[in-house]
Amino acid sequence: MATIDVNGKSYEVDEEGYLVDLSQWNEELAGEIAKAEKIDMTDSHWEVVNFLREYYNEYQIAPAVRVLTKAIGKKLGPEKGSNTYLYELFPYGPAKQACKIAGLPKPTGCV
Amino acid sequence: MLHIVNKSPGERATLASCLAHVRPGHSVLLIEDAVYAATKGHAAAGTVEAALATAKVYVLMPDLEARARAGAVIDGVVPVDYRGFVDLVTQNPRVQSWL
Amino acid sequence: MEETGIVKKFLFVNRKAPYGSVYALEGLEVVLISAAFDQDVSLAFLDDGVYQLAKGQNPKAIETKNFSPTYRALEGYDIEKLYVERESLQARGLGEEDLLVDVQVLGAAEMAALMDEMDVMISF
Repeated sequence: MATIDVNGKSYEVDEEGYLVDLSQWNEELAGEIAKAEKIDMTDSHWEVVNFLREYYNEYQIAPAVRVLTKAIGKKLGPEKGSNTYLYELFPYGPAKQACKIAGLPKPTGCV
Repeated sequence: MLHIVNKSPGERATLASCLAHVRPGHSVLLIEDAVYAATKGHAAAGTVEAALATAKVYVLMPDLEARARAGAVIDGVVPVDYRGFVDLVTQNPRVQSWL
Repeated sequence: MEETGIVKKFLFVNRKAPYGSVYALEGLEVVLISAAFDQDVSLAFLDDGVYQLAKGQNPKAIETKNFSPTYRALEGYDIEKLYVERESLQARGLGEEDLLVDVQVLGAAEMAALMDEMDVMISF
């Protein structure tokens, strides 16, 4: 199985790069995954990543993009609850890239 | 609407659940271990006979033959082969499998 | 989905308890995926399926994921039609107040009528 190494610690990831054990997640690891995705983490990125972690904690799933967009709009304001905003932050798909950085599994029904 | 049941009435309550949701004009097909319900003398035979008043009940003969009960089919229950099974599925707009 | 196709009425029928087999979890995943197709989706819970919605599930000690919180996410997926059969609740000593989501409770005859309105039924 593939691993990501941060500060001398090894983290198992699946064949697509998603963290296997969610409980191992930490911000340094998130930064490392983001680097591999060629994303410079800003406060706006962290806001989405933290939102996803909260969502997962509450519902035990990674949301589909449409659901994520709607939920973010509700929580953080309509200007952030748009595909344009989220794809600007995560060009290869907010659910895919942001979930990976947040240490969540790939969203169910994600294509 | 076609209801399909495949569990033995001696082991599971599936047949009873199914029959509680059969409406007039519906069809019920008994397959696999559920075929025992369509045989004379079985404890569940009464519920099948009662269902015959408003619904059609079919039984898959290959499954009954395999189980040595082909000679005991309740009067009014219609025996079908695999072709009949397929016909029932295609004739009915909805199918509910009571797994 | 961009295409505006035909919208069909789907009923997912859940009749299995949550941890003894994989039906409940698989069913829930199919329901979540179905939400992407903009269809008219309803969920029915009857027989042991009502246990899927029981409050207070804690499968930690059997080392299984607790997927019951996910039923509360369905609303965000615009899946809001959850029907639970009254007789199934009663036979198990449960009431609406024991469930972790808002549902509509139907008698068996009403459930049968609901099934008759559907275009497609998928059973778990």
